[in-house]
Amino acid sequence: MNKQAELLDSNRLRGFFQGLSKTESIKKWDLGASCSNDLSVQVDRGQAKQLKGSQRSSITVRVWNRDGKVGVTSTTDLSDSGLEKAFRGAAQSSHFGNSLEIPEFSPLSTSPLPDLVKPIYKHRGIKYLFELLRSSEQALIDKHASIKTVPYNGLAESDFKRVYINSEGAFRHMEGSYSSIYLYARAQEPGKKPRSSGAVRQAHGVEALDINGCVEEAAVKTINHLNYQRINTGSYLVCFSPEAFLELIGAFSSMFNARSVIDGLSLSNKDSIGTQISVPFLSIYDDGLHPANYSSCSFDGEGTPTKKLCLVNQGILESFLHSEATARKLGVSPTGHAGLGAKASVGPDWLVISRSNTSSFPINNSLNHASFSEKYILIENLNALHAGVKSSQGSFSLPFDGWLVNGREKVSIEAATVAGDIQNVLNSIIEIEQQSLITHQGISPHVWVDNLVITGEE
Amino acid sequence: MSTFRRQPLDHEGDFQAFGENWLDLLESLICRGRAAGADFVEIFLENTDNLGILAEQDIITSVSPSFSKGAGIRVFSGTKDGFVSTNELTENGLIQALDQALGMLGFEILSNQKIVFEGLKPLMDYGLSKRNWLSQCPGIEESSHKILAGTRKLNQYGKNLTVRRASYSRSWQEILVASSDGTFSKDIRLNQSVGLNTLAAEKDHRSSVGRRYGSSGNPQDLRNWDEDSSAEDICTSSKKMLYASYVQAGQKPVVLANKFGGVIFHEACGHLLETTQLERGTSPFADKVNQQIANEAVTAIDEGLSEGAFGSISIDDEGMESQKTVLIRDGILKGFLSDRAGELRTGHKRTGSGRRQNYSYAAASRMRNTYIAAGKFTPDNLIESIDDGLYCKSMGGGSVGATGQFNFSVEEGYLIKDGKLTDPVKGATLIGEAKEILPRISMCADDLDLAAGFCGSISGNIYVTVGQPHIKVDSITIGGR
Repeated sequence: MNKQAELLDSNRLRGFFQGLSKTESIKKWDLGASCSNDLSVQVDRGQAKQLKGSQRSSITVRVWNRDGKVGVTSTTDLSDSGLEKAFRGAAQSSHFGNSLEIPEFSPLSTSPLPDLVKPIYKHRGIKYLFELLRSSEQALIDKHASIKTVPYNGLAESDFKRVYINSEGAFRHMEGSYSSIYLYARAQEPGKKPRSSGAVRQAHGVEALDINGCVEEAAVKTINHLNYQRINTGSYLVCFSPEAFLELIGAFSSMFNARSVIDGLSLSNKDSIGTQISVPFLSIYDDGLHPANYSSCSFDGEGTPTKKLCLVNQGILESFLHSEATARKLGVSPTGHAGLGAKASVGPDWLVISRSNTSSFPINNSLNHASFSEKYILIENLNALHAGVKSSQGSFSLPFDGWLVNGREKVSIEAATVAGDIQNVLNSIIEIEQQSLITHQGISPHVWVDNLVITGEE
Repeated sequence: MSTFRRQPLDHEGDFQAFGENWLDLLESLICRGRAAGADFVEIFLENTDNLGILAEQDIITSVSPSFSKGAGIRVFSGTKDGFVSTNELTENGLIQALDQALGMLGFEILSNQKIVFEGLKPLMDYGLSKRNWLSQCPGIEESSHKILAGTRKLNQYGKNLTVRRASYSRSWQEILVASSDGTFSKDIRLNQSVGLNTLAAEKDHRSSVGRRYGSSGNPQDLRNWDEDSSAEDICTSSKKMLYASYVQAGQKPVVLANKFGGVIFHEACGHLLETTQLERGTSPFADKVNQQIANEAVTAIDEGLSEGAFGSISIDDEGMESQKTVLIRDGILKGFLSDRAGELRTGHKRTGSGRRQNYSYAAASRMRNTYIAAGKFTPDNLIESIDDGLYCKSMGGGSVGATGQFNFSVEEGYLIKDGKLTDPVKGATLIGEAKEILPRISMCADDLDLAAGFCGSISGNIYVTVGQPHIKVDSITIGGR
C-alpha cells in the first residue's frame, strides 16, 4: 500500500472525522475521497516525448451545522492538518448554506451495492508503456505513405480507489484499474491539405487494450479523409455514426437531468415525464454498470448504488437522472447519478442508445450505412461541443468530420458545420440501424436524420 | 560547486509559505537528480486556496472552498523529459517522485556521484508585495452579498428572465520554482472572476446570455465590479436575442467586435504559434518566420505584463520573467511562444510562456494576454464597408484542430445590410483555416480592448486574455441554418 492509499484508509478517515465532529460540534457529516496512481507516455516519431507519473488524492467533506445548513470543502491535502482545515472550512461555509434546499444523506447510501466485478491489473511500468506506444505509432505510420506523424497520441495506465463515508454508518469503497490509448494521425498528400483522424481504446489494463484495433481504425479513418472536397450548403440526409450521435445526446443530456429541470436550465420540465419527445423507435438508457464502461463505479458521490436506468422508452420520456435532493423534490428515489456538494451535481454515466423493439415500426432495410446507394452525409465526429451547443435553448451549430457518400463513392468533407434543434432532430429520425457499436463513450447504432442543414465552405 | 547531500527535513505541517526554508531540501533534490545523470531538473511547488460561490435568483445555492498543495518534478535527458506530480510534500514524498521521474528516463540513483551544480541563486521573491492579497480579498459573506446584488440587478433590467445566475471565483496560488540552472523564484498570484448568466423564455422563444469578467492581482476587484452596468448590458443582449432568427448559412464578410472578438486570433493563429504545436508538426507557420502570413493590417502581440489583465503573470511556471512577445508585425511572422522544452526541441528562445494549470501538469508554451493591435479605422468604417455581412458582437468559445481548422461560436450577431446593422441573429458558428483567414483580416479599428477567458490545452486550463479592436474579415464561412 503506498502513502496515498494509506492516507485514504477508511478507518483512519472515519476515526479522524468522528474526533473532529466532537470538537467542532458537528454531528452530521459525510465525505467522498479518491486517490490514484497514474502513468502515461507520449511519443514523437519513435522518441519519448513525455513520460509522466502522478499520485493524486482528494477529499470532499460535507457538514451539517446546528441550523441544519450544509457546507462543503475540498482538498488534495489528506494529512491530518489538511483534513482538519477542510472540516473547519466546511463548517465555516455551512453558515452560508441554502436553507431552501438542504441536501440529506441518500436513503440508499446503506443499501446493498450491485455486484460489479472488475479485474484489477497491475501497472506494467513506464518502459513497457513507452515501447508499446512507440511500436503502435510506427505501425500506424507504416499503414500509408501519406501518414508521416501521429501528433496526438498517448498510452496510460492507472489504479484508483474511491471511498464514501457518512456519520450514520454508511461506508462505500471501491478499487479499480484503467488503461487507455489514443492515436490521432496526420496525413498529407502532395499539393493537398493535411488531414487528420484517429481512434481511442479503453480497458481495465494495458494487456487488455485492443491496440491493433486502435491502429487499424485510426489508419482507415485517416486514409479515408485524404480524398476530400468542399460541399455545397443545403439540407441533407444525414447518418450519424455511433460516436457522433452519442456526442450529440450527451451534449443535450440536461433534457434528462433533474438538477437542470429544477433549475430551469433544461428543455424538459417536471411534467415532461410520460410525454413523447422523439420518434417511437428510439430508446435511451443510462447504464453505468455496463462492462464496457471501464471507469464504472458501483456507487455515486452520495453513496447511492449505480444502476441501469431507462430515460426514454419508445420515444417517451420515462425518468430523469437524480441526486438525493432532486429525487426528494420530485418524489422519487435517487438514481445514483450525483456528485458530492452543497448543491450536488447530476450527470449521466454511460449512455446506451437503441432501436425500440416494436412491430409498429419495421426496420427500413434500405437505410443502412453499409449499403445505402443514394447521396447522404455520414457524420463521423462532432467538434467544439463546448461552444456550439446551447443546451437550454435546444439549438446546435457544430463543425464535424465526415463524408459525402454517394453509392460506392465516399469523399471526405473538407470543412463543414451541421446545425439544428435537438427536439426536431429527435423527431426527424427516420431510421436507427439494428447493429449497435460499443464506443469509448457509450453504445449506439448509426442513426439517420433527414433534412439537416449543412454549411460547406464554398 | 555543490555535491549531493541529504539532510533530514520535515516540512509537513510547515507549509504556510514557500521561501528560503526550502533551499536545502530543493538543492539536495536537484543534486540527486543531476548526480543520477539528468541534464536538467526542475521542481515546481504549489499551494492554492480557492473559493467558488453561486447565486441563483435571489439566494446563494453553493459555496465551495477548496485547498490544494503539491509538487511537479521534471527531469530532462537531452530533449526527452520525465514528469511526476505528487500531493505529498514531505522529503520522502519528493524524493520518491524525483526517483520515479529519473527512473522513467533510465537513470539510476547514485548517492556518491560528484556533480557540477552551482547551487540555487538567491531567492527571487516576486510575491513579496502580494503577501496580504488573500486576506484583502472579500470573504464569503461580502462576496455573497455582491453577487446577489448582481442577480437583483438582472431582475431590475431583465424581461422574461426565467433564470438569473451570478457566480464568483477566486483563485489564490503560491508557487516556488527551483531548477538546476539556479532558478529559485517565488510568486503569489490572484485571479478573480465574476459571471452573470440569464435564460429568457417566452412561448417558443428562448435565449441564454452569459458574460464573465476577470482580473489578476487586484484583491479589490470584486468590490469594484459594476454589477449595475454588467446586468444592464446582459439584459439588453437578452432582449434582442430572445426573438432573433437563426442566421442563414453562407460565406460572407464579417465584422468582429473588440474584446472577446479576439477569440478568432486565439484559435485561428495563437495556438499555432506555440512551440508545442511546432514540436508536433501541426503548425502551418513553422517555417514562415519573417514571411507574410497575415494581411499587413495585422500586428499581433502576446504578453504577460498588462496590469490587472487575466493572463498577466510576474513569472511563468518555469520561473522566467514575463515579457512582451511580438508574434506578427504588419502581417509578417516575427516569433513564437516558447517554453523550456520548446526551446530545447525547436530552438526558439523561451519567452516566459511556460504555463500550467497546476502542479500536476508539466509546463508548456501557452498564451497569456494575446491581442491584435489597434488600427486606424473607426468601428463604423468597418461596418459601412460591407453591403451584406454579419456583425459578431459577442463570441462564445472555440477550438482548433490538428490541421489548423478552427471554429468559434457567435453568441450575439446582427446582419449588416448596405453598411448598417439590422436584424439580430443567433446560432452562427464561424469556421476556417488559419492560413486562409489571416490574409483576409483587412481592416482594424482603433478601439483595442481586452476580455478575460479560459484556455484549455496540453497543460490544463489557464487564465488568459483575448483582445482586439473591431476587425473586418473579408470572407468567412458562417455555419447556420
